[in-house]
Amino acid sequence: MSDARLSVFKTYKLYVGGKFPRSESGRVYEVTDPKGKWLANAPQSSRKDARDAVVAARKAFGGWSGATAYNRGQILYRIAEMLEGRKDQFAREVADAEGLSKSKAAAVVDAAIDRWVWYAGWTDKIAQVVGGANPVAGPYFNLSSPEPTGVVTVLAPQESSFLGLISVIAPVIATGNTVIVIASENSPLPALSLGEVLATSDLPGGVVNVLSGRTAEIAAPLAAHQDVNAIDLAGADDALAKELEIAAADNLKRVLRPQPVDYAETPGIDRLTAFLETKTVWHPTGSLGASGSSY
Amino acid sequence: MASTSASASVFEYAPAPESRSVVDIAPSYGLFIDGEFTEAADGKVFKTVSPSTEEVLSEIAQAGEADVDRAVKAARRAFEKWSALPGSERAKYLFRIARIIQERSRELAVLETLDNGKPIKETRDADLPLVAAHFFYYAGWADKLDHAGFGANPQPLGVAGQVIPWNFPLLMLAWKIAPALATGNTVVLKPAETTPLSALFFADICRQAGLPKGVVNILPGYGDSGAALVAHPDVNKVAFTGSTAVGKAIARQVAGTTKKVTLELGGKGANIVFDDAPIDQAVEGIVTGIFFNQGQVCCAGSRLLVQESIQDELLDSLKRRLSTLRLGDPLDKNTDIGAINSAEQLSRITTLVEQGEAEGAERWSPSCELPSSGYWFAPTLFTNVTQAHTIARDEIFGPVLSVLTFRTPEEAVAKANNSQYGLSAGIWTEKGSRILAVASKLRAGVIWSNTFNKFDPTSPFGGYKESGYGREGGRHGLEAYLDV
Repeated sequence: MSDARLSVFKTYKLYVGGKFPRSESGRVYEVTDPKGKWLANAPQSSRKDARDAVVAARKAFGGWSGATAYNRGQILYRIAEMLEGRKDQFAREVADAEGLSKSKAAAVVDAAIDRWVWYAGWTDKIAQVVGGANPVAGPYFNLSSPEPTGVVTVLAPQESSFLGLISVIAPVIATGNTVIVIASENSPLPALSLGEVLATSDLPGGVVNVLSGRTAEIAAPLAAHQDVNAIDLAGADDALAKELEIAAADNLKRVLRPQPVDYAETPGIDRLTAFLETKTVWHPTGSLGASGSSY
Repeated sequence: MASTSASASVFEYAPAPESRSVVDIAPSYGLFIDGEFTEAADGKVFKTVSPSTEEVLSEIAQAGEADVDRAVKAARRAFEKWSALPGSERAKYLFRIARIIQERSRELAVLETLDNGKPIKETRDADLPLVAAHFFYYAGWADKLDHAGFGANPQPLGVAGQVIPWNFPLLMLAWKIAPALATGNTVVLKPAETTPLSALFFADICRQAGLPKGVVNILPGYGDSGAALVAHPDVNKVAFTGSTAVGKAIARQVAGTTKKVTLELGGKGANIVFDDAPIDQAVEGIVTGIFFNQGQVCCAGSRLLVQESIQDELLDSLKRRLSTLRLGDPLDKNTDIGAINSAEQLSRITTLVEQGEAEGAERWSPSCELPSSGYWFAPTLFTNVTQAHTIARDEIFGPVLSVLTFRTPEEAVAKANNSQYGLSAGIWTEKGSRILAVASKLRAGVIWSNTFNKFDPTSPFGGYKESGYGREGGRHGLEAYLDV
């Protein structure tokens, strides 16, 4: 580092509908490292920002859920590729955010990149694992297939600001849902920077929307929102989780309650299946016997 | 209709009632707790009547909070041994139950028809065979859970509190109890207040099967008994089938707990008929879709979406077909349309139908004489219905069909999905690719193409959106009762 040159600070912005807006409220809040050193100002999202994000996520749902699973897998893999090229930046941000050593932060970023690769491979396999043909007792053929639940709100883990974040959003979008993620309240910067990666990974705008700010303030209107289909409470404490689960009941959102997770471990498929519906489609098989066709 | 001139002049049917003598209903029944029939702690009772005659069938003990507590404790005590049994042993109990149900199926069919009001044709040919099949299916899972795709040695949850509706009393019991027991849980089940009898007969079947005490407990009662069961702190799993309003209350109730919940709630199923559909078969499917069980079916095809170009032809055929339906004594083997389950439900249907007329939709029913006692509603269809009409949005849960039209497949899909619900849908067309394209766009859990209202224990059933969450039936149905 040359003493002579003054570095260029980054203005951290939200990522909504494929664009990088500031909070419509004009508010920001100070983000510090665990020792209290100022890192940046982050947008402090409002209720209106949350609602705008729902609109963007809903708009993106048809195209994303209708994309082939192969295509979604390629795009998730592309995210890993883009991240790989920006490893150093994210290692720095994670080190600052979580107070980790350089090498530990680098290991976290490696794991986060590998997590995208893991879920990229799942997009075109999960339907075979959890769906299938049902041997019904009658002249019918029916097939049960998983389908994405719709628009999912995710409260990202508060501690694991990057690996945790990716561990909760990748499974949601892998299956065709779209997501509004509320970044870790104290450590939102890696999440906000992730938006820049997503924007350059062929991921359609609106599939992932990143909000920063006060978790409880942003989560409340999303938990109550009638056009949100599900909510992952990973980043909520017990009191907030209960309050949001009650609000979510109003339109029967699917709720994933907070649970202890070691994000360093290889995930199972629980987070994939938490936001899937099962659709069973029946067809008459007809008959080629003497009795002719049978509907 | 059965007793009117138009069709009666063509086909006069002699009465063909199924014999009541096959079932022996006691004047009173207790709660079934810990393997014994007992009175309610506060001595409360209620009467259950036959909806087709208003005859009082029996007097039933009504569970209160103290009884709920007693039943949950019994289930908890039984859980330790039951869950520790080898799966192969649990399986044999369930196979025994399935076989006894088959043996007693005529008795149970008559009983169900008496208590519920639905035609014997349905209880005999649909409800009871499906009940036995459901137990038989889940019996086979009990010792194969390691291979069900939920990891090795998946564990039961504990005590399941189950609340079921009155439209398919014994079938809903089977959907709840069979997977719960197969996976090693114990059960406290509350049947609906208007249809408690078949669940109490099931208690007797559990005794005949030698099922250990406390594994199944049956608590007849009203909504407050169900609410107490759901709220009980020692219940680990809540399974509810019923209205969306109650489902939401339950979802709020369990917030902040570790209780696992599955909800099977309301619906407003769209039955979509394209211009190339086989009309006669589609008409049969529409009739099955909305008049099966007097339309008191959560997955009923209560919205008919018909392509504009064939509207007249289809409605003519449909009306002709409705005029041949026979309404009357549910025990008569020729009866197509039975009684509405209760005075309360009849009044709900009547109110919504009046609202439909008041909002400007056009009401039609075949000429139809209703019996003088009991709760009855003639098959009804509404035309000139728009998406804004209450009868196109709210679940009526009765024999009432709302007819809407569309021009393009895109419009059909948009209208079908324009609902808070997402339980069922039907597609009628001869074009295979259209079936698949439309089915993939419909936001509903069960879709029938060129058929309707088919059920099978191997097939997951359950809704999207406000029709609830979780699936019953098939491998998927195990998940609701496992700690996975």
